[in-house]
Amino acid sequence: MAKLRGTGMAAVNYPTGMNLGGDPSQALIHATTSGSFNVVLAATDLGQGLRTVMAQVAAETLGVPYDQIVIQTADTDTGPHDMGTFASRATHRVGNAVRLAAIEARESVLRLASEELEVAVEDLVLDGVGGVFVAGSPSKRLGIADLASRAQFQYGRTIAGRGAWMKPKSPVDPETGAMDPDSTQAYACTVVEVEVDTDTGMVAVLSIRSAYEVGRMINPALVQGQITGGAWMGMSHALYETTEPYYPSRESSPKDFAGYLMPGPAEGPVIESVVLEVPSANGPYGIKGVGEMTANSPIPAIVNAIYHACGVRVDSLPVTPEAILRGLDALAASTASATEEPRA
Amino acid sequence: MSSPMSGSTASPIESAISGDLHTVGSSVERNDGVGHVTGQTHYTADLSFPGMLHLKVVRSPVHHARILGVDTSEAEKVKGFVRVLTHADVPHNVYTILGLIGVEPEEEFVLPVDRVRYKGEPIVAILAETEAAAYEAVAKVRLDLEELPAVFDMDEALAPGAPVVTHWGNNTFMYEGWPCRRIRFGDVKAGMAQADYVVEGEYRTSPIEHAPLETTGAIAVPDAGRYTVYTNTQAVYFSLDNTSIILEVAPNKLRFIGGTVGGGFGGKVDVIVEPLATLGAMLTGRPVRYVYNRSEEMQVSSTRASETIRITDGVMADGTIVARKVVNLFDCGAYSRQTPYSITKFAANAAGPYTIPNVYVDAYCVYTNRTPTSAMRGFGVTMGHFAVEVQMDKIAERCGLDPWTVRFRNAHRNGDIKPHRKVTADATLIETMQAAAKLVGHELPPDLAAMTSAPRDELEGDR
Repeated sequence: MAKLRGTGMAAVNYPTGMNLGGDPSQALIHATTSGSFNVVLAATDLGQGLRTVMAQVAAETLGVPYDQIVIQTADTDTGPHDMGTFASRATHRVGNAVRLAAIEARESVLRLASEELEVAVEDLVLDGVGGVFVAGSPSKRLGIADLASRAQFQYGRTIAGRGAWMKPKSPVDPETGAMDPDSTQAYACTVVEVEVDTDTGMVAVLSIRSAYEVGRMINPALVQGQITGGAWMGMSHALYETTEPYYPSRESSPKDFAGYLMPGPAEGPVIESVVLEVPSANGPYGIKGVGEMTANSPIPAIVNAIYHACGVRVDSLPVTPEAILRGLDALAASTASATEEPRA
Repeated sequence: MSSPMSGSTASPIESAISGDLHTVGSSVERNDGVGHVTGQTHYTADLSFPGMLHLKVVRSPVHHARILGVDTSEAEKVKGFVRVLTHADVPHNVYTILGLIGVEPEEEFVLPVDRVRYKGEPIVAILAETEAAAYEAVAKVRLDLEELPAVFDMDEALAPGAPVVTHWGNNTFMYEGWPCRRIRFGDVKAGMAQADYVVEGEYRTSPIEHAPLETTGAIAVPDAGRYTVYTNTQAVYFSLDNTSIILEVAPNKLRFIGGTVGGGFGGKVDVIVEPLATLGAMLTGRPVRYVYNRSEEMQVSSTRASETIRITDGVMADGTIVARKVVNLFDCGAYSRQTPYSITKFAANAAGPYTIPNVYVDAYCVYTNRTPTSAMRGFGVTMGHFAVEVQMDKIAERCGLDPWTVRFRNAHRNGDIKPHRKVTADATLIETMQAAAKLVGHELPPDLAAMTSAPRDELEGDR
């Protein structure tokens, strides 16, 4: 008996967003008297960091530091409509809405600056860190914080913006399946190394190495968070998780985390990745989305690596030690009968 | 077409986009990070309101049964019992959450009238002064159930004479008059006839729980003629609109507050807890808390669907796939929830990231007496990827090719038509595979290393 190593790969595409019924998100932005900006949304942060990346998109577009943005979200009395956080849609859809709202708010900043500096709006440049200056004359500069304050107390104006972005409804042709179901596609290719213990049937995942292409990354650390979490979740789906461990019997289904098998820290593989950035045509700053897809390619890559390691093809998930051992037994039986054949 | 990608793998993250951006592209500190790691972030279950009642439901102990009677007389004697909610209290008791985008028919019972269809289905709800009193009263409700034959296997559910799960007489969801979501692209029969090999595979997957750290929950609070609902839904307006339909209350009488979710993964878009909590608040005038315990989250919240994916590929000796036929059965359990839409996403992605000229897909949404299934990370695509990518390795083996070559030879490129008739755009499969090969030190043959996702006719310049 032995510990056998193998390598497997998989490549996948992943669609950004959905379309049924139309898929809209909206955003509102207004300046406070101090020149910080409140971004009002109805989108939900699932822990992936939506509040953070929306603040980054708003700050970038308004030309102010990141810490000048406050995100207020998910109160239906104040937040404009949003479909929800799912389908790898939020950074793309809500990001587009925030960017458009920020562009409108930025226009009101620039109009005010053009009056104060007595130059055309077209001659003004945002310095990206909270200031507006006249092109070619960096000393003729106004702080956006000052402009926001003057808008309130001298001019009685709003510095505000509205943004809406929607993927239009695209009904499916029920006969042929013709449809336009997504906004763009991200890609992944994963290579996995496993070690199969032929005594126990246990599979150790040694490494998960992937390349991703997700459009522009708004926040690389948060993208890495998705990649690491997804690799773990994919490994868990491939080898561990089921709510029906004795299916078709529905008894003994897990009631808590103690009874629901998932890999722990000791089972954690080496996870490495590279991320390519090819801007999408329609995402804010060219983003595509990385939310769901990171769990996908590890699953078939692990299953393919198991076959490469020990010759057992398991086409049913999760790949349990029992399935591996039964596969090894079947393999041994067929090898034995094959070697007997010439004598027969 | 020049590739905008950088060739370096020196840094763990490589970027080919330059430009004078200030914040986008930077790993700034999360603006909610300190709250999360210091325990200052408020989750739904952290909230408490004066006079708040606790809601717990009586659940079916069996997979399929006729409800002959529900006796709450002993439960009502429990100290702290306030009231019971039954199907008669729910104004619009039969609904479908995707009704908001026109999906029909309405099928799920908020509280069933005369039949339970899965183990753990709520039958009546108890409102009590404390959680302990609610549990005690739930335990004292006596159910008179006549158990019915149950079906847990999709092939059995589709066979004649199977127990019928739905209220319309068979166990399939209808897509605009068709019994499955179809793709019909090219001529699969002709493609198969032309193929050197036929490669078949049958792939099965198990239901999977989202297993969020924070369990599903909502607290509904009466507020001057309106109701404020604190919820960990992934979609506040979607949940509000569905609650408005179920309770027949104007949307502007409802205010949903959420935004911070302790793990969703698709498990918090089902709108199960908000309608009952809000109904309880409407009928008692008091705040009502309905938060799943861990066992409810694991046992009765929706799972990822079990799938049986049967693929037949017609393949040329060089590894090119010329025809693909896919029949997928998706087990939606007793109620379909978001699964019909998940199946549409499966169908759209059944070719994987490959260009196949002839594709035929029949993807069925099948009702059984298993736990209802719904959205989960990768929605219809994750298990399709499992099947397609294991199938690719089988094709490689059949043709005597390595796994990289077969994928490069079939990779879709910009301008290719997908089986759902959308033109491929923003494609980078080839470049992503090249980057992965480089990352793991796998040397690609020169012809594969030189490929790009540029449109096929660009070199010929004929368009």
